[in-house]
Amino acid sequence: MSESRIIVVGGGLAGLMATIRIAELGVPVDLFSVVPVKRSHSVCAQGGINAAVNIKGEGDSPDIHFLDTVKGGDFLAHQPPCKAMAYDAPAIIHMLDRMGVMFNRTAEGHLDFRRFGGTLHHRTAFAGATTGQQLLYALDEQVRRHEDAGRVTKYEFWEFLGTVSHGDRCVGIVAIDLHAMAVRTFRADAVILAVGGPGLIFGRTTNSTANTGSAATSVYRDGARYANGEFIQIHPTAIPGADKLRLMSESARGEGGRVWVPRAKGDTRDAKAIPEAERWYFLEEKYPRFGNLVPRDIASREIHEVCVNQGMGLGGELMVYLDVSHIPRAMLDKKLGGILETYEMFVGLDPRDVPMKIFPAVHYSMGGLWVDYERTADGLLDLDSPRNHATNLPGLYAAGECEYQYHGANRLGANALLSCIYAGKVSGPAAVHYAGGLTQGAAALPDAPYAAAQRRWEERFAEIRRFAGPENPYRLWEEMGDVMTRHVTIVRDNRRLAETDQKLQELMARWRQLNVLDTSGWTNQPLVFVNQLWNMLELARVVTLGALRRDESRGAHYKPEFPKRDDANWLKTTIAVWSESGPKFSYEPIDASLIAPIARKYD
Amino acid sequence: MAPKTIEVRILRQDGPAGASRWEEFSLPYQPNMNVISCLMEIQKHPVTRDGRTTSPPAWDQNCLENVCGSCSMLVNGRPVQACCTLVDRLSLPLELRPLTKFPLVRDLVVDRQRMFDLLRKVKAWVPIDGTHDLGPGPGMAEVERAKAYEFSRCMTCGCCMEACPQFGPGNDFVGPAPIGQVRLFNAHPTGRMNQVERLQTVMGKGGVSDCGNAQACVQVCPKKIPLLDAIAEVNRQVTGQWLRELFGG
Repeated sequence: MSESRIIVVGGGLAGLMATIRIAELGVPVDLFSVVPVKRSHSVCAQGGINAAVNIKGEGDSPDIHFLDTVKGGDFLAHQPPCKAMAYDAPAIIHMLDRMGVMFNRTAEGHLDFRRFGGTLHHRTAFAGATTGQQLLYALDEQVRRHEDAGRVTKYEFWEFLGTVSHGDRCVGIVAIDLHAMAVRTFRADAVILAVGGPGLIFGRTTNSTANTGSAATSVYRDGARYANGEFIQIHPTAIPGADKLRLMSESARGEGGRVWVPRAKGDTRDAKAIPEAERWYFLEEKYPRFGNLVPRDIASREIHEVCVNQGMGLGGELMVYLDVSHIPRAMLDKKLGGILETYEMFVGLDPRDVPMKIFPAVHYSMGGLWVDYERTADGLLDLDSPRNHATNLPGLYAAGECEYQYHGANRLGANALLSCIYAGKVSGPAAVHYAGGLTQGAAALPDAPYAAAQRRWEERFAEIRRFAGPENPYRLWEEMGDVMTRHVTIVRDNRRLAETDQKLQELMARWRQLNVLDTSGWTNQPLVFVNQLWNMLELARVVTLGALRRDESRGAHYKPEFPKRDDANWLKTTIAVWSESGPKFSYEPIDASLIAPIARKYD
Repeated sequence: MAPKTIEVRILRQDGPAGASRWEEFSLPYQPNMNVISCLMEIQKHPVTRDGRTTSPPAWDQNCLENVCGSCSMLVNGRPVQACCTLVDRLSLPLELRPLTKFPLVRDLVVDRQRMFDLLRKVKAWVPIDGTHDLGPGPGMAEVERAKAYEFSRCMTCGCCMEACPQFGPGNDFVGPAPIGQVRLFNAHPTGRMNQVERLQTVMGKGGVSDCGNAQACVQVCPKKIPLLDAIAEVNRQVTGQWLRELFGG
């Protein structure tokens, strides 16, 4: 086993956590990332990380956290992994605390916890309003320590292109050096993809620009199954921008922020001039128990209902007020400083004084690469099993937002950081167990599969480098993003979805008419973007067609034609498999053996 | 009154070797434009002001919300995060140049590996025993936590290093950002346990005492990290350590 070597692709929370666990087991890791790992998208997570530590004496427990998670996900998630995650969450918080994460503290010096959506408990540990950044830095520091000790080798500014296979086994990767543009293969006994979400298929979103979904799509094209692609979370509160839609964290509501519109349609008065009685706090009115902290899919849908269907949005647009101006400034600075500064920086108004104008934006993918797990009799995970987080391609694992395991049809706020770290913590040892059981390691394999994979990708890039057509790749991407955002987000309609798929196929035809814009052999960004764009189009079809087929409403997937959850027909996982002519779909039952599905109510 | 078009001058260079050149672009004005949205506009229409088709300029980016540290560059001569530098607050034409203290890769992309190597050198981590469950971490007063948090937000973006007159390619001064991390980890209850080793990395030549007190670092830090406080504190710690070593204390 000491001769094993494992590749981790992606240096966000999941990838770094997997890397640390593998290094701790004495197995060397090669860590690949398109950006220096410290700059990964995990830094954008703001509000916090969930764990039922029950610091406020509210009777919170991992079982309630587990229930909130599967109910929040509208019962589409397999229950044993969710239960195992909820049970491990307090240990994860303590580990992060020991690593030096500057979590906010109580008067006594204990970790402080705030409220988040989809629960009635104070369960979210936080470090100001930059929790993701703080968590990522802690793991980055530990990885640097292992790097210093020679257990981890980083390949930063390298992009994963595809797997190398020997028989049906994944035995390494093909990657391109984003500066020298050289394509190379790397051997590994197991590969863990922790490559993040695919937000960019919707154009401008709350995601970072690296989040193209290209790496996950690439292995989908290599035969990996893609699950629940149609479940895309729309965050209810974002700030508009020409280059990106910036997130306004749910913690703003967790700390008492209130969502409202003027009661009078077309009221043009300044927000501050509108008296309390003339403000419509529609979430508090409709959901008296959870109020502004209903899960994100519900909040986004209600905002859409109020703004689009009832025409009550600010300025007639899909826009509402998110108001924290009634909260004392000192408290805001201490608990929400970072995110309020972001609003002030990009909008030019101080949200401590005036209500923020916000709107829903694509934020997170619940779906992703299909991964396996091995349960125990009491409904937890068997942590010694090499099956945990394994894709259907032997030797290929997936962890983090790029897989589908923990969130079902909708993710609860502050469960993402938890699931990424938990997935990293579980997948690392699983890959080590798998590698230890191999009779022939990758180092001893013949050169042929590696040479063939390298040749295939060199030819692919040589082809793209010759693209001299009339279409601009960045404008084609914008077109894709526009149509996906219009028809495949909050409200879905079968006719529109079918039209969207037609449009995506048209864009795929036009992809061949692209101009590569840059023929240089050094730091050629458009060249790799054109390759990513093809993958984005492939994945957009998986999302759109998955949504077209699912005739029900569940979690983030909402069809007015089929407004109810339909457990008799649709309590099942969507599985997409690549084919030349487009995704082929099948469905798999869900392990709902621990909590019987109940109606999902928050009022 | 808002202008109709934005003029942008970009200093370009095809690779680490070779000559640089200026290219000028004219873009339609939009409200709330920032430097990245200007560059994205150029990607969609890579044609210079005099009508010549060119390749889109290369630059680093990721989060676009001032938290990843990728898009550092000189905008009108000042090191900034391009994503949160709003056009409305700048004088025109915009002038974009790569940072000068790091090796150039291409156009606006530079190689900041030296900063990550410095984090390794100063042992910017807490030496935990492992990731297995050892119960809660050390308690900490909220006031101490709040102060430490300011330093833990450092993105390793390099703006302070760019502004620092002592830091550069021909100089071994460790620079302000790593000193901030020494301050952070020396204050942590567990991090403090290897304070001596950490201080030894910033003693002597190239260490904290090479700071020339120009105070340029704090003026450009996009996170407003109190780097001068860190430098003063680490200086005191280093002096104490030096005395202890001298007198065997």
